[in-house]
Parts: sequence; structure tokens; C-alpha cells
Amino acid sequence: MKQPRTHLLVCAGTGCVSCGSFQIKEALENEVRKRKLQDEVVVVATGCNGFCEKGPILLVQPDGIFYQQLKIEDIPRLVEEHLIKGRPIKKLMYVPPAKTTPIPKMKDIEFFKHQRLIVLRNRGRIDPENVEEYIGFDGYEALAKALTEMSPEEIIDIITASGLRGRGGAGFPTGKKWAAGRRETATPKYLICNGDEGDPGAFMDRSILEADPHAVLEGMIIGAKAIGAEKGYIYIRKEYPLALKRMEIAIRQGRDYGLLGKGILGTSFDFDVEISQGAGAFVSGEETALIAAIEGRIASPRQRPPYPAQQGLWNKPTVINNVETWATVPNIIRRGAKWFASLGTETSKGTKIFSLVGKINNTGLVEVPMGTKLRDIIYGIGGGIPDGRKFKAIQIGGPSGGCLPTSKLDLPIDYESLTEAGAMMGSGGMIVMDDKTCMVDVAKYFLNFLRDESCGKCVSCREGTQRMWEIVRNISEGKGKPSDLAVLEELAVACKDASMCALGQTAANPVLSTLRYFRHEFETHILEKRCPAGVCVNLIRYFVLPDKCTGCLACKRACPNDCIRGTLREVHLIDQSKCIKCGACQEACRFEAIEAHRDTAIVVQEEAR
Amino acid sequence: MITFKLNGLEVQAEPGWTILDTAKFFGLEIPTLCYMEGLDPYGGCRLCVVEIGEGKQTKLVSSCTYRVEEGLVVHTDTKRVIAARRMMIELMLSTAPMSKEIQDLASKFGVTQQRFPPRNEECVYCGLCIRMCDEQMDARAIGFQNRGYKRKISTPFDVKSEECRLCGACMYVCPACAARCGGPNADTDICNACLQVEPTCLETYGELTCWMYDAGRCGTCVQETKK
Repeated sequence: MKQPRTHLLVCAGTGCVSCGSFQIKEALENEVRKRKLQDEVVVVATGCNGFCEKGPILLVQPDGIFYQQLKIEDIPRLVEEHLIKGRPIKKLMYVPPAKTTPIPKMKDIEFFKHQRLIVLRNRGRIDPENVEEYIGFDGYEALAKALTEMSPEEIIDIITASGLRGRGGAGFPTGKKWAAGRRETATPKYLICNGDEGDPGAFMDRSILEADPHAVLEGMIIGAKAIGAEKGYIYIRKEYPLALKRMEIAIRQGRDYGLLGKGILGTSFDFDVEISQGAGAFVSGEETALIAAIEGRIASPRQRPPYPAQQGLWNKPTVINNVETWATVPNIIRRGAKWFASLGTETSKGTKIFSLVGKINNTGLVEVPMGTKLRDIIYGIGGGIPDGRKFKAIQIGGPSGGCLPTSKLDLPIDYESLTEAGAMMGSGGMIVMDDKTCMVDVAKYFLNFLRDESCGKCVSCREGTQRMWEIVRNISEGKGKPSDLAVLEELAVACKDASMCALGQTAANPVLSTLRYFRHEFETHILEKRCPAGVCVNLIRYFVLPDKCTGCLACKRACPNDCIRGTLREVHLIDQSKCIKCGACQEACRFEAIEAHRDTAIVVQEEAR
Repeated sequence: MITFKLNGLEVQAEPGWTILDTAKFFGLEIPTLCYMEGLDPYGGCRLCVVEIGEGKQTKLVSSCTYRVEEGLVVHTDTKRVIAARRMMIELMLSTAPMSKEIQDLASKFGVTQQRFPPRNEECVYCGLCIRMCDEQMDARAIGFQNRGYKRKISTPFDVKSEECRLCGACMYVCPACAARCGGPNADTDICNACLQVEPTCLETYGELTCWMYDAGRCGTCVQETKK
């Protein structure tokens, strides 16, 4: 076979696909064929590169040239200039914020430079729908080692020695969990891969499943050997169609290649997996609720103990791990416990994937060693806050996580440090907020999510989140009372204490952490009835600056509620009783004559009127 | 036998007993609402929470669902437990202030303020009726719908169930809709007036309010209209 000289790696993660990367791939293939380059150039659709902000992404190997935000029109020129004439196109390369010179190579870009890829080592590199490409990059080597050279006890010992902890959020030592599953005598035993990722703004599980489904499968087969399980379930939410499709393909290929089913790799070990589609309830991520969902019951958590490792799926011993945990396993077996334990901090080993979203220049997925400082992630990899605004807070750990302020920027991230600071590792969502974000509004948003996603079993969680939301909503609407904060805190503590599962126990975190670090904002909303960030619509008022207004009628035409009075060349007036605070007038005004007032001056303005 | 510590006393329990079972056996009272002998424990009302563990690593668990373990340390009435129970009562009271059982609990535990706007529902989602229907009556005519704040109890698709034999067992076990408290009337009032076990104010269920979609025929509600 003739070796192609160039590989065109088109990112085909969900982010890039939604920007049209499949069309880009098709255009590239057509263009390559038109130029009769098909023997020299191969176009491959890979998993997510993580730099979703700049999609669709194309990586040209072996040159390592990184192209971003491609359009179909760019393709003919790209093929002509780069592939035929050998002149990479600078215009399509990445330019760092506030700079003008483009960076041609992927490895020099800040976003990629500081990452340490272990779980995501195959992202943007292999075709996830082709098992041979995975095998080409040491895939299934760990499996062969585990099945032929190692006893189940040895596998568990390596995982324990590596210090791997569950990546789903709670950080339970994986080796300990496996050992508990191994100890049980009841059969059959089951494995479950938890791919029910429901946090707003988090997509690491999806990305792993899309970029490297075989790594998850390999981890599961190794785990099955260690525990003695004969059947595995991969629970993926239905909202991830691409992940579902790629996992289905991976399982089919695994069976064809003798990696799943009876007599794996010629040994006497049998194991098979099945996909279980979730119907999108956040609470299904809780392990006992997930088991109930797979069994076909309402996803509602139950009392632990008995833990799933003792009595799980159909009351049989079941080991549940997160997608990321499973995908880490083959790397540990292949490269050894010592290597893995050398990364990270004292208590948290290895790397962790975070999804960096919100008010940040480089939105995307990053994998960094545990113990990395928040500042390095936000300002190094993330490239800082857009539009030169100030950093205000970072929300870590999904809806049940917490908001950390500027003073915590030098916090090295691991399970313990985050919990102590009032947030949590969670699945690894990071939402960056700038000074235009109102923390009361943030607390309200997450409480609204949680009251909706609580399973409704425990009074503390169902009523607790509902009542907390009501109180915070009232505060954001200017109806707060000074006594509200005490009630809120009492309620939050009760919700944390009395709830059965982790969802309820952490549901108070958005309130507790915002109250801990941003109490003054709540007080401003309650006592002064104003929203310093100008987000809570009930607390802002639009009014016309008389010396700037030219009486052009533009705002009057833009107002959807017909509440601006005034005629041509006369200063306009906004009828506050009818204003719905949509801000359309402010946008329409070309003279900056309309201001959203959110300071104490509101009262003065009212009197003047 | 399993040996563990209950309120500082060393006690022995049969394997498989829950903390609540053991406490009852030794005559310790733990309040319950969604628990009923003969039905599977559910752990939804969180009234029966107790504190387990020692030192800083303690946590609250529902005693009706937590099976005893060797060496467990349990305290049934710590400050933290009482605070949680009171909040649960306050929350349920705000949902269904007309329930006599919940009003009685409020009186008993000294809940004298109710700081949330009352919703005047007739259900606290304890799930007793569902478990009664399923486990004792073997009908499975009703079940939970939806989750979170939208949760409700009804028949499948909200239509009259063919499985339902109109036995009325669901209403018999209900802590909220059967026995009415006539006390509270103001917006945030708590009755705190009586502590009797017998219901004092049963109401007639009319055509529209009947839970069984079949007013009167099952015969469990009071038939005579007030004159």
C-alpha cells in the first residue's frame, strides 16, 4: 500500500459538526479528487479537538498546521495553496486574542500547549469509527496485557496503586470499588459505564465517547476481567446521538475483531456490552438512580448501603464508573501505576478533563494534571476574559458545584481543595463569569435547574430547592426581605443534611457558595433594591438622557410595548409602568441617550418625573 | 446479632433490621410520616433522620431505610437532627397546611412559624398510597408522574384506571387528604390547637374532588353532607 503524504484531520465532534464540519469534509474530499490527489492525501473525520470555539477545525498532518473556522468557500484555495503549492494560508490560522500574527502550528497555540492529554490522547488524531486506527495507536495493548499476563487481583492492585479516583464527581477510589465488586460472591456481576452527563455547560463524557469510544470499551473489558463481570451496560443519554452512533459502531467492530463476546482475544474470558439509552434526567447520573433507569423503573435514588458493588443491577454486584474513569484505565495498565501516580497532587492523581465555558476567550475542552491552578486554566489555556472585562467568579462542578471568587484563583484544583472552598469537582464543568454577571441571577439559574431535575422523592430536596428558588427569585425581583438570607441559609443546611442522594446533598451549594463569597450582592438586591451588574430586569430602569436625546423617534419605533412617549425633535419619555425592560430602545438609539439605570439614582429619577 | 450503639447504649439487633426497627424495639420514638409497617420503606419524608457516625464525620440518614451495621453509632435526637426535622415539617406544612397529621407533627415538634407562602395542596408526595396500592392491594393503579417540583400522583395518562378496584386503601393511608385540620385559616397560620389522634373534621368528597373519579361509590369518605 502506498503511504499517503498528507492527512487532513477534520474535527467531527458535536461542536464542529454543528458548524458544518461534515460539509467541509465532503468539500475537501471532492476537491482532493478533482485535483487527482486522492492517492496522496487522505481526509479523516476525527473526534473533538476540544477547541470548540473555533470550529470547524482542520489539522494538516504531518505539518501540524491548524486551520480554524473554515467555510466551504475556503476549501478550493486551501487545497490549491497548501497541498499543491505548499504555502499554508495564514488567513485561516488561529490568531490569539489581542494579537495580529497568526500561529500556524497546533502545538504552539496556548490552548493546546499547556494541556496534558492522557484520556483524550486520541482526540483529533484517529477516526473514532475505525478500530484499526485505535489499535494503531497502542489500542487494546493494555487489554491483551491484562487478559494474558495479569490476574484479576493484579489488575486491581495496579489501579489501587495508581491512586485513580472516580471522575464522576465524588472521587471514590476506583481500586477500592473494584475490590469490593471482586469480593462479592453472587453472580452474574455487572459493569456500568455512566454516560449520563447532564450538567449545563459540561461535555467531556460526550467528547470522549465521540473521540475515542474504544478506550471506554477497553477500560470496561479490563474492569470486567478484574471484577469477574460478564455483562456491561453503557448508559448514554439520548441527547448525544453522535456518541450513541459511534459507540454502536465501536461495539460492532469489537465483536467482529474478537474483542467482545465469547473467548476474548483467544482466552477463556467472556464479556459483552449493551447500550442503554437514557431519556435525559439529570438525576440518572446518581448511581442507584441509574440502575433503576436501566432496570426500567423511575430514575429515583435509593438508600446506600447496600452499595451497588454489593447489590446493584437486579440486586447483583455492579460496578459503576464514569466514562472518563473507564477511559483512563487502559492508560494505567499500559504505562503502569507509578507513571500515573507521578501526575497530580498528593490525594488526587492523574489528569482531569474540564469543559471551559462562559465568558472566556478559548471555549472548549481541556485536559490538565490535577493540581493545576485555576489561574493557569483561565488565563493560560483559556486566554482570559473577552472584551477586556474583569473576572468575577468561576462556577465549578455543575449545578451542584459552587462559585469561587477572584481570591481563589490560585487554588490548585483537586477533589479536597475544591470541596473545602465550597465548590466540588463534579464532572468537571467550569463556567467563567465576568463582572457583567449577577450572582443572585446565577444562584437563581442553578436552583431553577435543580428544582426541575430533583427526582422529587425527598421533601428536603423537592420542596427545599423549590422554596430556595422562590426566595432567590423574589430577591432578584426586588421583593426580598432582610430576613430572607437567614431562612435561605437554614433551608440550605437542611437540604444538605437531610437529603438522601448526592443531588440533594449538594443542591444547596449554589446558594451556600454565592452567599459565602458574594453576600454583599444579595444584600444590595434586598436592601438597596438594585442589581449592581444590571442583570435582574426588575431592578433596572431605562430612561432617556434629556441632553443627549435628539427626538429621532428610533426608540419609539423599536419599543415592542409602545411605552415611549414623545414626538419628533422632542425629548422622549419612557413610561415605566409599561416598560418590559427588553432593552430594544437602548439598542435602537444612535446617540447613547438611553441608559439602563441600576444605581440609587433610580429614586431621584422617579421624583424628577 | 448485630451490636451497635444507639444513643450511647450498646444494643443488639437482628440482621436486616433498620435503625428505625431497632429503635422501636427498644422503645425509642422516631417520628415518621411516609413509613408504614407492611409497606416497603421509602425514605421520602426525611422525618425519621438520625445522625450516624462519630466525631466530625457524622451524617444524617433516614432510619427507616438504613440497615444496622456492626459498630454503627447512632444518635436519634441531636440538635442537627431536630433542626432538619423541623425544617421538613415546616416545608410539608407549607405544601399541605390542611393536613391534620402534619399540623399535629408541627405542634409536637414546636414548629411555631411557617415562613413560606402556603400552597394548599392536598399531597406531600410521601408515596404511601402508591405503595399501598402496589404492595398490599396488588393493583398498581396509581403512580408518580414527573419529577422535581412538577411531581404528582395519578393514574397512568390521568384517565380512570381499569386496575383500580376503588378499594379506598390509598385514602386510608393518606396523611394529607383524608384527615383535615379545621384550624388554620390565615395565610401563614399554624394550627397548633389540638393534638388528638382522631380526625375532627372529615369532609365530604363531591363529584369533582373525589380522588377515585367515582364520587361516593367506594364508601370511604363521609357520605352525609353537612347540614
